[in-house]
Amino acid sequence: MAPSLMVSTRKGLFDVAKGSRGWMVRDAHFLGDNVTLTLHDPRDGAHYAALNHGHFGIKLHRRDRGRKSWKEITTPAYPRKPETLVDLDGWGKPVTWSTQLIWSMETGGPNQKGTLWAGTLPGGLFRSRDRGETWELMESLWRHPSRNKWLGGGADIPGIHSICVDPRDPDTVRVAVSCGGVWVTKDGGETWAQSAHGMRFGDGPPEEVANPETQDPHMMVQCAGDPSCFWVQHHAGIFKSVNDGVTWREVKAKPSSFGFGVAVHPQDPDTAWFVPGIKDEKRIPVGGALVVTRTQDGGRTFKSLSKGLPQKNAYDLVFRHGLAIDGSGKRLAMGSTTGNLWVSENGGEGWKQVSSTLPQIYAVRWV
Amino acid sequence: MATVHFTSNLRRHVDCARVESTGGTVRAVLDGAFAANPQLRHYLLDDQGALRKHMRILIDGQAINDRYHLSDIVTPTSQIWVMQALSGG
Repeated sequence: MAPSLMVSTRKGLFDVAKGSRGWMVRDAHFLGDNVTLTLHDPRDGAHYAALNHGHFGIKLHRRDRGRKSWKEITTPAYPRKPETLVDLDGWGKPVTWSTQLIWSMETGGPNQKGTLWAGTLPGGLFRSRDRGETWELMESLWRHPSRNKWLGGGADIPGIHSICVDPRDPDTVRVAVSCGGVWVTKDGGETWAQSAHGMRFGDGPPEEVANPETQDPHMMVQCAGDPSCFWVQHHAGIFKSVNDGVTWREVKAKPSSFGFGVAVHPQDPDTAWFVPGIKDEKRIPVGGALVVTRTQDGGRTFKSLSKGLPQKNAYDLVFRHGLAIDGSGKRLAMGSTTGNLWVSENGGEGWKQVSSTLPQIYAVRWV
Repeated sequence: MATVHFTSNLRRHVDCARVESTGGTVRAVLDGAFAANPQLRHYLLDDQGALRKHMRILIDGQAINDRYHLSDIVTPTSQIWVMQALSGG
């Protein structure tokens, strides 16, 4: 099947594919509605789309293989909060037990047909075993005492934005939390342990900067071909782990190590891509020139890739799910807050602009 | 029976015509509407059963007070409007 993209935007979901005249928008779904994330399930060909209707809440839709229409399915929902329970986040604010965003979706293992994972604001992780018809909250993580240390980051409330199902064992799952570090289960969600040791903020109280419980990984990815290797674009820089996330070490990139998205090569753990902004309080490209940074030596050096990207007056920010690589390791897609969409077919060396007029882009996903 | 009206904005997502429903409170009236149309519940209420943050319900022109338990009194002739607030869009 020819490669195509699902592009989630503030005003709809767009199918993008390569035709005789190059990459172009082929179709649109949910036009006018806020599509925040999609998922492609290679096991059965189904597509999933998460929507945030604002007034009417979060909704989830599925399109089965070969179908044109979408069907609304069950949205992950929280159980009734016990009336006497005082449940506060790390800021001391009451936690609302209601799904406020589906911030991550991934498929289970290749042999776990129908199993899906969904991470949400305000911090609950859900699993479905029936293609999203029903969902179960991972109570073990939700009721973990450390959850009350989690802080808002990226959003006003904590949330799970990254889910890595281990290719070696689908019962091993790691999730990254803004702001709550990285959590790992090795028993299919029965028990969880913190796994962000080594991450640190550059500024703050000395006793807090290296506290794994409050780290803010913006995005975490795992190398499919070398699954012991992970990359994280963190609020305070770039971190990598070569030992299953047991420990992390910081890596420096120029022109900046600040950003949201990260992609790792599917076979080569030393190759990863980032989209830098100036820093947290200036979330725009350095010098108004949009670049992608790529390392091919595990983070020792980075190359700044700009061919085909705007180098003047560019104020695009690429959100954490706005950068994606496909299984070939050559093809990347990138969508920005200002509705620009680019594709590279040579590992980021050169980029082709697909559109400059899309709505604000939240996420891109290869099909 | 009280009459419950829904906006065209909501009807874009859920097939929900005006309904007649019995009950002495907003909660009871809405439960009647949800029994006939289960999909409607999560468009109006959050996971805890409270009215969604950016929704409003008016009974005979007056906004309800109890957005959590939905205990405001409804009479058999009440006209209930389920509206979007101007925020949250």
